[in-house]
Amino acid sequence: MKEQSIISTEDLKIGFLPQRAMKSAKVVAQQINVALKGGQVVCLLGPNGSGKSTLIRTLSGLHAPLGGTIQLGGHDLTRFSIRQAAREISTVLTDRLTVGNLSVYELVSFGRSPYTGWFGSLTPKDNEIIEWAIEATGIEQFIDRDVLHLSDGERQKVMIARALAQDTSAILLDEPTAHLDLPNRVEIIRLLRELARETQKGILLSTHELDLALKAADHLWLINMKGEVFTGTPEDLVLDGTFESVFEQDSFDFDRATGSFTLHQPTKQPVNIYGDEVAVFWTRRALEREGYRVDDSNGNSLQIEALSREGRLEWTLLKESNELSCGSVEELIDKLREITQLVDAD
Amino acid sequence: MKTSQSAYISEHKRTGMRPLYLGLLLGGVVVFFMLNLMLGSVDIPLVDILKILVGRESTHLAWQKIIINIRIPRALTAILAGSALSVGGLQMQTFFRNPLAGPSVLGITSGASLGVAIVMLAAGTITSIFAIQQLSALGGWIIIGAASLGSAAVLLLILLISLKVRDNVTLLIIGLMIGNITIAMVSIWQYFSQPEQIRDYLIWTFGSLGGVPLNRLWILAIAVVVGGLIAVGMSKSLNGLLLGQNYAQSMGIPVSSSRIWIIASTSILAGSVTAFCGPIGFVGIAVPHLTRSLLGTNDHRVLIPGTLLMGAILMLACDIVAQVPGSSTTLPISAITSLIGSPVVIWVIIKRKNLQASFS
Repeated sequence: MKEQSIISTEDLKIGFLPQRAMKSAKVVAQQINVALKGGQVVCLLGPNGSGKSTLIRTLSGLHAPLGGTIQLGGHDLTRFSIRQAAREISTVLTDRLTVGNLSVYELVSFGRSPYTGWFGSLTPKDNEIIEWAIEATGIEQFIDRDVLHLSDGERQKVMIARALAQDTSAILLDEPTAHLDLPNRVEIIRLLRELARETQKGILLSTHELDLALKAADHLWLINMKGEVFTGTPEDLVLDGTFESVFEQDSFDFDRATGSFTLHQPTKQPVNIYGDEVAVFWTRRALEREGYRVDDSNGNSLQIEALSREGRLEWTLLKESNELSCGSVEELIDKLREITQLVDAD
Repeated sequence: MKTSQSAYISEHKRTGMRPLYLGLLLGGVVVFFMLNLMLGSVDIPLVDILKILVGRESTHLAWQKIIINIRIPRALTAILAGSALSVGGLQMQTFFRNPLAGPSVLGITSGASLGVAIVMLAAGTITSIFAIQQLSALGGWIIIGAASLGSAAVLLLILLISLKVRDNVTLLIIGLMIGNITIAMVSIWQYFSQPEQIRDYLIWTFGSLGGVPLNRLWILAIAVVVGGLIAVGMSKSLNGLLLGQNYAQSMGIPVSSSRIWIIASTSILAGSVTAFCGPIGFVGIAVPHLTRSLLGTNDHRVLIPGTLLMGAILMLACDIVAQVPGSSTTLPISAITSLIGSPVVIWVIIKRKNLQASFS
């Protein structure tokens, strides 16, 4: 059961149909062969305009594919009615929510639409599932509030609760962390991971949070600007350089060693840092911002030691035989600037 | 499952007031219906009205005639027209996700006018809408059909454009422009028409609840009931559409067929009322907002019955004002609805800070 894919595609081609008869269709991506399995969190990454939203809309049946097939639990998606498909896939989209005069509970209850009758009346079983969805997303405190008066983070949770109430085997989310602050972003990702583990639903989300995606995803789908799709575990994609190539840009570099992006290429001399682990990590970031290349070889002329002495951090800058002591990263950077200016002056 | 239990109690608290409000609205309809029968050029005491209503002889034979032949058809027409226009407006507001949408704003009413104008033109020189209406039941159906087709044509046009234009404000402006084109076409027709025809048409555009005799009322009633039933059947779809078409479809709502039903319902409702009573503005916009504010919900399963009742009350009230109780004058109903409707909308906007918020 766990190995069976919930959604899988075969040579899927996505894009937009021609506006006029003479024009050809605009292909966004093709030869897409991906699979979403139960209990998995998959992050869909790619530069802006690479077609993440189009893929999510196509997989959820809101947008017609240009070619290839989408299988839902082993059956072709085109054979599902709108109502049947809505029992298999729920979505959280980027569409702005403008409705007012509607309580959170009412909104979540709309998720039961694929199961209710023509009038949308809720059975006790429907109410049970709605309440479960409310508990699972932790939105009990504001179920009576008007959806208009929710913060961005709360609204996103409510929309996820609505998707949960839909009781589908997969949930597809288009940039659920956009417009959220860091604690809320982390919270949404944590919630999605927990839901995937506990409900064995397959969860696919597109995001721009590369750091968060690398840490939280069981699997990554990468789309580059040429419309090519790569899949794999985050670590494999980083190690074989695929990740780097997808996000290739002139202005910044991906550092394979740390899994993070550096803003500028190192222009200055190599530096060694050692000492307290946490202090080394943050000092390294500051130095990289300044344009130093931090490496592990021991023969650099510039060495920095960050040590905790009597509960206070202290940095020691070693250059040739000189030794400078600093009380903060700021002071360290200032001293380094002085030294390099002297070097440049020579 | 302790939390579940508390949620149930909370849900009860949430929805508990709604039947009460709907009951109050129903009571309001009864009260205003009676007031509507009592007040007019001649004031008739409630006792006599009750006597006449239960079929007993009144002390004045004239009163009996006034009530049965004039005031009851009039009041019933007011109820039908108010309910129909309001539910039509509600559907348009949800469908276009625009608080200013309504049958009169989107040119649907002018589409109905054009339909009626074409029928009057096609029927020859001596025909007026009243003549067609008095003619036979078939004549009534022709007028309703023409008005409904006219409004459906405008709505379909707007719908086609809405496939290309995603922005609601743009769509609304296009709707207004289409309304203007329709009005211009009617003007050109008027220019080439006989003065008698123009006079009849002009009287029709003032709007009147008094032009429907009791033996034709059932045509309007059937049209409104059919349109209203479709609207009730669309409650679930309309709820889904509150979140937009994409979400609606992802929640299993058949959006394409719902579009057609919603347009059909609105066309029948707005078209039939316009055919019988002339273009009555503003009720379609104002009443849905009033009802949302009162019921505090956008759930169409409650909102549609609420809007039906509220629309009936508002139209009965407007008609009482239009009758100018105690005098023999009757003011045009469409002027009164706008006079009363506009301040109501202003009040709602100010009270809710912004209209987008009070709606959707």
